[in-house]
Amino acid sequence: MDGVRTAIVVAAILGALIVVPLWWFARKRLLGSQAERATFRTLHAANRAAAPLRDGLTEASAEKALRSLRSLLSAPGLVLSDRHGILGWEGAGGHHRDTALIASATTIAEGTTRVDRIKCPDVDCGLRHVITAPLTIDGDVAGTLQALVPMAGAGVIRATNEVSDWVSGQLELSAMDQDRSRLAEAELRALRAQISPHFIYNSLSTIASFVRTDPAQARDLLLEFADFTRYSFRRHGAYATLADELRSIERYLTLERARFGDKLHVTLRVAPEALPVTVPYLSLQPLVENAVQHGLEPKTTTGHLTISAEDAGQNVVITIEDDGVGEAPETVQRALNGDGEADSIGLGNVDERMRTTFGDSYGLVVETAVGAGTKVTMTVPKFAPRAHPSTEPA
Amino acid sequence: MNVAAGVTAVVAVSLATLVIGAFGLRVSRTTSDFYVASRSVRPLVNASAISGEYLSAASFLGVAGLVLAHGVDALWFPVGWTAGYLILLVFVAAPLRRSGAYTLADFAQLRLESRSARLVASSLVVVIGVLYLLPQFQGAGLTLRTLVGAPTWVGGAVVALVVSTIVLSGGMRSITIVQAFQYWLKFTMLLLPIFLFLHHWRGDGSPHVSHVHLSDWVEPLNGPHAMYLTYSLILATFLGTMGLPHVVVRFYTNTDGRAARRTTLGVLGLLGLFYLLPTLYGVLGRIYAYDLVRTGRTDSVVLALPASMLHGATADLGAALLGAGAFAAFLSTSSGLVVSIAGVISQDLLAGRVIGVRAFRWATGLAVAVTLVLAVATSGLPVARAVELAFAVAASTFFPLLLLGIWWKGLTPPGAIAGLVVGGGLSASAVIATLAGYTGTGWGGALIAQPAAWTVPAALLTMIAVSLATPRQRPPNVVRTMVRLHAPEHVDVDRGSYDPESSR
Repeated sequence: MDGVRTAIVVAAILGALIVVPLWWFARKRLLGSQAERATFRTLHAANRAAAPLRDGLTEASAEKALRSLRSLLSAPGLVLSDRHGILGWEGAGGHHRDTALIASATTIAEGTTRVDRIKCPDVDCGLRHVITAPLTIDGDVAGTLQALVPMAGAGVIRATNEVSDWVSGQLELSAMDQDRSRLAEAELRALRAQISPHFIYNSLSTIASFVRTDPAQARDLLLEFADFTRYSFRRHGAYATLADELRSIERYLTLERARFGDKLHVTLRVAPEALPVTVPYLSLQPLVENAVQHGLEPKTTTGHLTISAEDAGQNVVITIEDDGVGEAPETVQRALNGDGEADSIGLGNVDERMRTTFGDSYGLVVETAVGAGTKVTMTVPKFAPRAHPSTEPA
Repeated sequence: MNVAAGVTAVVAVSLATLVIGAFGLRVSRTTSDFYVASRSVRPLVNASAISGEYLSAASFLGVAGLVLAHGVDALWFPVGWTAGYLILLVFVAAPLRRSGAYTLADFAQLRLESRSARLVASSLVVVIGVLYLLPQFQGAGLTLRTLVGAPTWVGGAVVALVVSTIVLSGGMRSITIVQAFQYWLKFTMLLLPIFLFLHHWRGDGSPHVSHVHLSDWVEPLNGPHAMYLTYSLILATFLGTMGLPHVVVRFYTNTDGRAARRTTLGVLGLLGLFYLLPTLYGVLGRIYAYDLVRTGRTDSVVLALPASMLHGATADLGAALLGAGAFAAFLSTSSGLVVSIAGVISQDLLAGRVIGVRAFRWATGLAVAVTLVLAVATSGLPVARAVELAFAVAASTFFPLLLLGIWWKGLTPPGAIAGLVVGGGLSASAVIATLAGYTGTGWGGALIAQPAAWTVPAALLTMIAVSLATPRQRPPNVVRTMVRLHAPEHVDVDRGSYDPESSR
């Protein structure tokens, strides 16, 4: 039967697509002894609670974390609060909100664990105690963890304390995460590309040399220079499209060509699909400047500069290649590490910004040797959630 | 039929595709002029490229076959495949471009700020891609069988080989200008023979053959459950277009949301123009190649017409042109699809295990091999029907995701994932049953044959219901994302940024 054979093949392939990932997960959950499984359950619950807590204390994270925390503590009701009030309530005892609030406020003020009695007219309620443990971040009480229990024995109080210590640890980690990303943003802001003083000096002296001999040319160059600086000094946006960057490079090269005359040949090979890609603002211009200043300027004969951008599926690969004097790889290595001489800082700066924006696998690749020219390859992902032409570094 | 002419045509098209793929950029874009280099793709060129990649075996061969077999009702296929872009134009094109997302998975991640949602979307992209690739391989088999009498699997294998070579030889293969050229190639290949045919038809005394006027052919809504089947087909094709992975990535090439809209408008025009031709082929086939209906080989009508209407060298020329056009259709659509699928597999599903170019190669091999096996196993279904099934899955998954994701703040990650799983699961099950050869009678059979009418609402309702039930899980930056999606580029507002790594 043709249909049956077909059905079997189709089912087998789709089955494999479903079964393989499931098997992958299942493999990780090898069964062990009773104690091992208990340990595993505890660790698993802790792990599940850790992820939301790493986002800090918010209603959303509290709701997610409490579910796992309650299975860790096995208390009928569990509450997370911050200094402003209750963030999440998991399980029983919702009608003791006021008691919980007062206990929480007291603990936040005093910084110690306390056990309060609950007066409840409802016979079915069964909750008699609320254990309130402080959550501390860097020594400050940021909130409380409260367990509503029928009977506050030493065991459950100790367990609540341990869990609140653990939660505090996670919250401190989250605070550190935030510090780190703020640091990265600050770094990015500090790394904001600046146009090199050399270039300003060179351009102005070139323009000056034309003022008498060719005033029209001088005027054109001055306008190019004005446009170039406007783009370079713009205040907003940490990212730009490749098309914008290319326009800025064009102005830069027009000014450099005025200085070099026919000594500088430029070839462009840009896939139109690559033009809308988002790159860190002023990330290409320093690379071109590097090629011109360190590669082609010392060269006595005509120099060629090739700028290409290729569409490579999820990425765009941009290369800047010159046939200039090249450089010792060690010097470039030092420049990339950020401790080269002032002239090559551009390279290290761009590399750093690429890594901070897109991740470590998106650093610059430099191929060079003395006398062999230089090729810098820059890979940019087409989609990176944090990079958008209109984005400020937060 | 002249075997040599057919083989030459196919080999020529394959070689041309390979060569253009390898040297296209080098030849077309090497310049020393910045103005030339930074000229972006114009909307009309991009529209041609989208159309070129979109017009697949189903359009080139399948539509004529369905018109030949089913008459007026089959016209809904080309109408739906065109009108899908209208929905795309109105609801999706500009916001999607403004989002900066390159793939559908990127959009899911951007809007929902959730890695899990991204993974689910990626898996669905692969499923839809493979389902869409399947009929391309089958169509190639059919073409080679008609042209040179080769066994059916040979054509699929040839396309698989050429496409793998294109994709694996590294670098960029989805060059806009090449795909744009493909549209005009396909259009010309289909247009030129029609003049020969029409000339012949007039020379014949413009015959109207009696089976053209059979009532089940000229009257709409024939057969059991015709109303349901037609509306379900309309839903699938109207709403499925936006969920096709290789269509969406092309929008990235547009400079802004406005260009994206103009591109979509261009696509509407180009597709409308193109689909006139397969319909004519179907009608001519009804007159001159009616025996195909009896033998059940209606898909080959476009390729069989030259032999049944013309003689000698003209017939060979016509067949060669059409064979070449059909092959161009398989190659362009398949390579676009394989690049999209392989990109998603290597980036999301193989991530961490295999890296970089190797991952992409593995993914390409995997996608092509799986599809080839499936194509050999399931050769019964008409090509256009098989493509429409891919549309049904796309409509039941990415249509709700894009519509709600773009136009409703309330969509939450759990809601989106639930909707994708429900819509994808239901429609994929129906599709698998159909591919496996299940043809039920009565309502059950109709519901399985055309699932979109119930799976699309199911997915939409699931997304809305689960999202309403989980209001606290709304992505923290949803308002900013919405501003980014909807504010035109020239409006100076803070579109914000968020870092998915820190908001895990």
